[in-house]
This record gives sequence, structure tokens and C-alpha cells, in this order.
Amino acid sequence: MYDTIIIGAGMSGLAAGIRLAYYDQSVCILERHTTIGGLNSFYRLGGRNYDVGLHAVTNFTPKGTKRGPLARLLRQLRFRWDDFALVPQIGSKVAFPGIELKFNNDIELLTSEVTRAFPDQTDNFLRLIDGLIDYDQIDEAAGESARGIVGEIITDPLLVDMLLCPLMFYGCARPRDMDYGQFCIMFRSIFLEGFSRPFAGVRVLLKNLVRRYRELGGELRLRAGVRRIVEEDGRAVGVELDDGTLLESRRIFSSAGWSETMRMCQKSDLMPQRASGELSFTETISVLDRQPADLGHHETIIFFNDSNEFHWEKPDGLVDVRSGVICSPNNFCYEKPLDVGMIRVTSLANYDRWAGLPEERYRLEKLAWYDRIVDSAVRFMPDFRRAVTDTDMFTPTTIRRFTGHDNGAVYGAPDKQTDGTTHLKNLYICGTDQGWVGIIGTIISGIMIANRYALREG
Amino acid sequence: MTNAEIRDVILNILEGITPDDDLTTLKDDAPFREQLELDSMDFLDIVMEIRKRYRVQVPEEDYEQLASMASTVAYLEPMMKDLEKV
Repeated sequence: MYDTIIIGAGMSGLAAGIRLAYYDQSVCILERHTTIGGLNSFYRLGGRNYDVGLHAVTNFTPKGTKRGPLARLLRQLRFRWDDFALVPQIGSKVAFPGIELKFNNDIELLTSEVTRAFPDQTDNFLRLIDGLIDYDQIDEAAGESARGIVGEIITDPLLVDMLLCPLMFYGCARPRDMDYGQFCIMFRSIFLEGFSRPFAGVRVLLKNLVRRYRELGGELRLRAGVRRIVEEDGRAVGVELDDGTLLESRRIFSSAGWSETMRMCQKSDLMPQRASGELSFTETISVLDRQPADLGHHETIIFFNDSNEFHWEKPDGLVDVRSGVICSPNNFCYEKPLDVGMIRVTSLANYDRWAGLPEERYRLEKLAWYDRIVDSAVRFMPDFRRAVTDTDMFTPTTIRRFTGHDNGAVYGAPDKQTDGTTHLKNLYICGTDQGWVGIIGTIISGIMIANRYALREG
Repeated sequence: MTNAEIRDVILNILEGITPDDDLTTLKDDAPFREQLELDSMDFLDIVMEIRKRYRVQVPEEDYEQLASMASTVAYLEPMMKDLEKV
């Protein structure tokens, strides 16, 4: 009998596990995949290390900062700032036709860029920042429209779309509009705090988390998918694994996603139905024969859109190449350069279309869309195509495989369960569908759910 | 435990929570919240650590007693004076 079983060894599950194991609970994390990380993972191919998911760690605050999600998670998980060794970005931008907004980890740059490009919006932009809800009060804004609230403050629709573009790409589960609370979280984590990356990639964070979890006596089982949550009288009493093994537990945390978790439960009238998310991505990875800077590309991340209107929705075709995110893991303020130059381009994609392709067609479409996506990206950056030595690409079906999320929905369901509760009184949701996204956000989600439902009650 | 020992225990707990902070300048009469910017999650941790180490329960309605080092030691004294420091 475990005190707590956690479904999913992603960032949130590992963080919750550390909290519980630290306070002497018997904890078991169950992961269906062969590796940890979920959405934020990594792999090795052809002798090279690749990151999945993570472009940048958001919520960057410098060493010594005491406020904000990063400082909070370091304290809660007993890490030193240096354990994560986060290196700040060089600088990023939002690029629309003929107009750009540069930003870095100091809001002064973005403010001056807004003043330069939208002289009549400076005061409105400052008012927008002043009105942002603090992290702890986000619940108050649940369900409100970001387009509505931001559109009343910022009167130029182009600036609204240019601000929404990066925030949506990095954390919006809802098509077309954004929950205002989520907007505040993302605005703070990206524009007021900022981007960073460990020199050695996302694996540094994951390895730290899993090492700490194991040191504290936590149990981690890979290739251990949960087929069913076993219930008795409105309570979860354990889980049945894919191979039929039964495990008992006093409570269960699930980071599998809302609908995904509900399907593990017995059908009942109490079970709240909720739509799965439908926004997914492709990502092309181009390995270069030189550093991106040698091609004149210095930005850490470029969010691009090729018209004045930004369309955040599931495309009808396989990929929407009108917009995208260009990231170079090389362009952070490291002390020495990374060994290999790399450019990653993320685009909105349609899960059903990709999942419906026969295997051979799937491979061919990947090749064809790699070219179209890169052709689209080089409109907003120096042409790197002659420097490419190797490529890889993942699609919504890859994301589905790594995360188990319906539709390969990167940010999960549009409606979040911010208090984490379900129809079963000892089953709780953590991670993406609890509401906090981004690397740091999802770790905080695991911590919060562990504190509230497994530690405070004693 | 003497009051000085209780203070050491609390200091040790705080060192664990904020390993990057210098606690040698901590003022006993000033609130932790201001000096270390501790939030409600951190206060829960102080309580949990005391429970983990000494099986001493601090009920939620008493969390406000843990505002500063001086008030924490005074509050814990009756509960911890007969315990051995570990």
C-alpha cells in the first residue's frame, strides 16, 4: 500500500514525488513511456543530443531573486540556484510583416520597442503591465477573455496580436483566445521574467529531479502504464497497470491530463466531461555545420507571423506555415559555445491529419513539410539551408506518443481544473490540465497539489 | 532543548529551505516574511520540518506564531523543552 501513486513521470509528477518522498511518504511514480520527461524530454540520435519540448526555460530570474516561481520551486524542492545552472537568453523578437518587437529578460527593452513601433500605445502598454494579476491570484481571472481585456487597454489590434503571439505559442490551450489568467502567467513568465536554458539542455532539470526523487526513497516504474483506476465507494483505492498488476494507494495524483484520467475511471454520472485540447505542433530540427551566429542569426527565439492577423487555431491542413517559432539553443549567454549549431522551428499542426497518414505517406509528408516550414522561417531570419548537415522532425503523433495527451495537445485541455480536484475525493489532477504550463509552471503545479492534498492534511 | 537549541533547529530548517541565503544576519525580532521573503508554502515547510524531525504538530491556526525567530522559539518552547535535540 503506497501513500501516493503518481501517474506520469513528467516535470509535475516528479516534483510532487519529491515533496512527498521528502516528508517520508511512500510514493510510486508510474510512467507508461520508456523514459521520463513526458512533454519535456530528450533523446540521442546519430551521436547527438536532442531536446523535445523545451525551447527555453521561462520564468528566469537571476540568482539571489527571492520572489517568483523559480525561487519558490528551488526552495520547495531544496535545490540551489546553481543546480539548474540556467543561462539567460541573448535576445528574442516578435516579427510580423515590416514590424518587429525585440525583447529580452529586461522589460525595459520591450517597453522601448513598443514606444518605437507604436508611439501612441506606450501608456496603454504600461497600464497593461500594471494591471497584470499576480501569480497567487490567478484563480480570480478564470474564464475571462484575454482578447477582451487586453483589447480594451491596447487600442491597436496589431500590437495585441504581436503580444499574444509568443504567449499563445508558449502556453495557450484554447484556440483563438486565451484565458486572461493564463495570459497574466505567460506575460510574467516570458516578458517580466524571461528565457533561459541550461548549457546541457533540459536533461539537466530532469536528471536533477529524478536523482533527488530517488535519493529520497521514491520509487519510479517505467513501462508501467495505468489501464484503470480502481474505485470503491467514490474513492480511488489503487490502479491496475497495462500488464494486469494491481497496486494499492491511499491517494492518486494524475498528470495524464483531464480526459485521459477520466477514461481510467469507472463510468459514472458524477464524472465531469470536458473537451480535450486540439492544438498541436510540428517541429523541424536542423543541425548546422556552424554556429547560427556565423550565419548572422543572433536571436534566441523569433516568433513570426506573415500577416497582421495572428491565427491561433488548429489548421485544416497538416501544418500552418503562416506563423511559427524559430529557436536556436546556441543563442544563450553561455561561457563557451555549444558543440553543434541547431535551428528548431515549431508550427501549428493538425493531429488528425498526421495520425491518419499511412506509414509511407507519413514519412514523405514529413520530408515535404520540413522544406515548406524552413522556407517559411527563412523569411524572418538569415537563410541557413546551405549549412544544414542533418535534420529531424517531430509531429503531433510524436507528441501523442511521448505525452499520452489526446490529439498530441501540447498544452492540454482548454478548460483547466485549477484546484486539481476530481469526482473521486482522493484523486487529483496535476500538471498541464491543472493549469500551470511551461517548465517551471508545471513543476509548481506538482508542488502545489502535493502540498494542498497530501501534506497539509498530515 | 534550551531556547538556544530550538533556535538552532529553526535556523537549520531555514538553511535547508533557502540554501542560497546568508542567515548570519537574520534578526530575531523581524518577520521572516520580510527578511527572507518566505511565502505561505515556506511556512508550511517550517511546520512540516518540525513535525518530521520532532513529531511536534503545529495546528494551522497557530502558523501566525511563526512570524519571526523570537516568536517561533517562544511558541515552540513549551512543546520542545522536554525533547532532545537530534
